Formats: sequence, structure tokens, C-alpha cells
Amino acid sequence: MSGFDYVVLIGTMVAIAVYGWWRTRGASDLSSYLRGRRTIGWGTIGLSVMATQASAITFLSIPGQAYESGMAFVQNYFGLPIALIIVAAVFLPIYRRLNVYTAYEFLGRRFDSKTRLLGAGLFLLQRGLAAGITIYAPAIILSTVLGWRLDLTILVTGTFVIAYTVSGGSEAVSVTQRLQMGVIFAGMVTAFIVLVVKMPAGVGLVEATTLAGDFGKLEAIDFSLDFNKRYTVWSGILGGVFLSLSYFGTDQSQVQRYLVGASLRESRLGLMFNAVFKIPMQFFILLLGALVFVFYQFERPPVFFNQALWNTHAQSEAGAPLRALEESYMGVHAEKEAHIRDWMEARRAGDPTAEAGAREAMLVAHGESERIRTEAKEALVAADPRAKTKDSDFVFITFVLTQLPHGVIGLLIAVIFAAALSSVASELNALGTTSTVDFYRHAIRPDASDTHYVKASKLFTMLWGVVAICFALFANMVENLIEAVNIVGSLFYGVVLGLFLVAFFLKRIGGNAVFAGAVVAQVLVLTLFFTRDIGYLWFNLIGCGSCVLLSIILQPLLGSVGKAQPPASA
Amino acid sequence: MTLPDKPAIDTESEHPDLPGFRTWRGVYLFVLACFGGCLLFLWLFTRWFAQ
Repeated sequence: MSGFDYVVLIGTMVAIAVYGWWRTRGASDLSSYLRGRRTIGWGTIGLSVMATQASAITFLSIPGQAYESGMAFVQNYFGLPIALIIVAAVFLPIYRRLNVYTAYEFLGRRFDSKTRLLGAGLFLLQRGLAAGITIYAPAIILSTVLGWRLDLTILVTGTFVIAYTVSGGSEAVSVTQRLQMGVIFAGMVTAFIVLVVKMPAGVGLVEATTLAGDFGKLEAIDFSLDFNKRYTVWSGILGGVFLSLSYFGTDQSQVQRYLVGASLRESRLGLMFNAVFKIPMQFFILLLGALVFVFYQFERPPVFFNQALWNTHAQSEAGAPLRALEESYMGVHAEKEAHIRDWMEARRAGDPTAEAGAREAMLVAHGESERIRTEAKEALVAADPRAKTKDSDFVFITFVLTQLPHGVIGLLIAVIFAAALSSVASELNALGTTSTVDFYRHAIRPDASDTHYVKASKLFTMLWGVVAICFALFANMVENLIEAVNIVGSLFYGVVLGLFLVAFFLKRIGGNAVFAGAVVAQVLVLTLFFTRDIGYLWFNLIGCGSCVLLSIILQPLLGSVGKAQPPASA
Repeated sequence: MTLPDKPAIDTESEHPDLPGFRTWRGVYLFVLACFGGCLLFLWLFTRWFAQ
């Protein structure tokens, strides 16, 4: 990165934060601080919801995923529009009518205090861990490729986001997210244009997509009923509805984003904006990754994209096998490029026989280059048993740093930081709000002034920020950390969704039954997790299904509906 | 239980105030149609570029 890139990066980030602080100065009462001044329109809400979901890892990982295994991942989002319609039609009007600060406050109104605390506690546990990862995941990649110190990257990112989130509250998070999404869109479109322009002569967008299709990178949709396939239309719709309903309907980091709307209309339209544009956005990011793949058919890619790790071992005394594999990879890549050019020539000449022959040869060469890449990863593990061989997260950032012009590099690094900050800000805002409203005000100090609660909320937000930074600083001490957090999330998310589904759709079930049902369902999930070998995503379904079912079964036995809470004074 | 007596699906409480849409049901159907359009586009895209 050049000095100009740093100017673009720092200038963009500081300008957004200062704008957020300036726009939201003077929010001194609790409602303004936690829900904004209720003046926010649907455009800002839509971008804010989108920014909360799209973390930095989205922009680092998803192009790499398309590079490696194609565009099938887009099917993962197929349940999202349906879930958002359910949230807009059912969840949102009730949240707004009850004038709640948090989703868990609704559980208290509908059932009782213990159920509210259970839902809020499960959220804090799961989201508190996730906030650390949201800071750590991009920091580890950026510090590796840019040579920055990991601890400083984490500390600077964390402190920066804490400062403007604590200072401006929920509205600051929303208005900065609008600008951050602007930077993200501008950066991704710029990267796309530069990528197309940098393709070799004779390779336009049509040729590039045709080539990506021939390498199997553009299979975006799969209607098969094969349960062994990770992404199909059916798993996307069924699993996606379930997960999106859980995330958008019950996770405070999202609920808080749409509760800041000036009216029910603005909040609903913000959600509908996401329901319409989320799939096209993910498609675009994946297409970018597929085109990066095509670009690297004409430009020699590294045999292993985490070059910092590779060079450490390849340049050591024991690195001879790695260097030999690198040499072989270069040879096979040159051969493959020649076959691709033959194939393109045959297509232009309209010679189907030559086209088929060249195509087969290029696919064989591609298979050989993939085999060498696999061998390279095995050799890396042999040299360093702790080495992580998944390098797809480094594909897009390698392209950005090595191929884009100065200034655009700064803009793209700003995209990654903007995405990281926007997600973390929502998480800290939600954690601070839930701690204040559902625990401090509800269970510890119910009669304090608004000013006191604003101060408490700022303190809790700051504390959660410090927890997230500490967790990120020590994250590398845990193996497979991201998967570990996903597992923790899946263990609790299902039961929380079960609580909300009972609250919304089963009106005859009371607090005692649902609380007991949720506790038993949680114990069941944890027991199965520790005693059976079940894929962790299934725990979402098991947790939710058993919570709903047990609530229905226990209602006649436990009888009482529990003591619902009156509306809050503020 | 303190849920208000109003129905949970409160789609008509506030009009969408969008040109061409008189009810929220219409907006939701439009969103579903967009989703269907995405599915159709992706299906055609996959078929067009299939190996």
C-alpha cells in the first residue's frame, strides 16, 4: 500500500465516523440513544440492515469461495426474502406497537420476566462471542497480507468503533452504516470495472463469463434433492427461512436496526429493500470472484494465496519441496493458458472440433494444476503442522493488492474496514442495549433517571467493546475458532427462535410452559451435542422444534400462563 | 398474556404509500415475484453457462 492508499483509507474512515458523530450529537434521552430520534427513513434502514449482516469476512471470503468452488453459495440466501416478509408482517408490527427497545422485552410482555432474561441471556452469550470474531477475522487476514501488527490492527479497529458507537448510540450506527454501504458499493463496482478492463486483449465480459462457465464456476442454482450437497435450492429455502427468521426476527443486532424507523412503513420498506436486493448483491460479489478466477487464468496466480505463510516456509532451508511444487505449478499454468488461448481461437474461428479438443486439454491441465495445489497444501502442513491450508479468504485481497491501482487499493481496504466496523457497531450497540434494558433497568435498578440509563448504556457498550477486543486478541489461542463460535450460536439460536415462535403464533401457551420447554430443549440440545455426532446446523432445528413441541405438551401440566410484565415506563 | 387483541398479522395498519401498491399484501407479493424473478434468472444463467 502506498501513502496515497493510506490517505484514502484513513480519510474515508474518519470522515464517516465524524459525520456520524456530527449528525447524532445531542441524543441525551434513552429513547433517542437506543432507538434514534425516530426520524430515519427506509433507505437508511435498508442499508443499515444490509451493513449489519455483511461483515468484512463477506467481502474477503465470498469472492474466494466463487474462485474455488463456484457460485452455488448464492442459494444460501434463498430463504431470506420469505423470512423478511414474515418479520415485516408479523414480528415488526408487534414490536412497534409494544414500543419495545429489545426483542426480549417483548418476551417479558408476552410471557414473564424469567423468559425475557433467558432470551436476553442467550443472546448476550452468543453475540458477545461473535463480536470478538467479527473484529478478529478481518484483522488476521489484513495483518498477514499487509504486514501490520495483529494486536495493533485489532486495538485500532476496536477502539475506533467503540468511540463512535458509544458517542452517538443507535442512530450513529445507522447513519454511519449508510455511508459505509456507499463506500462498499463504490469499492466493489470499481473492483469489477478494473477487473474487466485488466482482462487480456480479446477477453471481454462475455468471453470471461463463458470461460468461467466452462470451468464450472457459474453453476448458481441446483434443483436436485441430493442431501449430501451443501447448497441446493431446497436447502437454501428451507434452511434459509429458518436461519434468517432467527437472525432478523430475534437477534437484537438486527431488530435494533429496523426499530429506529420513523414509522412502521419506513421499517417495513427497509426490510423489503433487503428482501429484494440481497440476492442480487450476493450474486454480484460471487460473480466478481468467478471473474477473478478467469483473470488468474491469464496471470499466474500464487500456488498458495496466503503468500506470507507460504514464503516463510518456501524460503527456509527445508523449503525445497515447496519451491519444486511452485515450479511445477508455473509450468502447468503456462500449459493451461496456452490451451485456453487455443480454445478461444477455435471459438472465434467457428471450429467445433478444435474447440472441443482445446477445451478438453484445458480442463485436463486445470485438473493437474489443482492437484499440484493440493500437494502444495499437504507439503505446507508437513513443514508446519499448525499451518491453516484454507487460502480462499486470501484470493480477493491478493488480487486487490497486486492488481489494482493505488488509490483504488486504499478504497478497497476501506471497504473491508467499513464492513467490519458496520457489523461490530451493530453488535456492540445491541449488546449494550440488551444489558441496559433487559438486565440493568429490569432486574437491578428499575427506578433511575433517563440520563442515568444513557450513561449505563454507554458504559455497557464500552465494556462489551473491551470484551470483544480481548476476545479478538486471544482468539488465535483457540483452534478452529470461527467454527467454534458457529457451533455455540447453533446450540442456542434454535431455542431462542422457538421462544419467539411460541410467543407469536401459539397464544394459548403461557410463560411457565414455554420457559420449562426452552430449558428442557436447551438441555436436550446440549446433551445431543456432547453425546452424538450430529452436524451442528441441525441443532437450530432440533432446538426450535423441541422448544415449540415441549411448550405445547407442558402447557396443560403447568397450567399457569406466568406473570406477564407491564409496559416499560420509558 | 398481554399481547394486544389485534391480529398478529397487522398488514393494513399503515398503508404502504407506494405508487402502484394499495396494500402491504401487494408489496409482499411484489417482493415474492422479485424472488421468483431471481430464481428464474439464476436458472437461465446456470443453464446458459453450463459446461
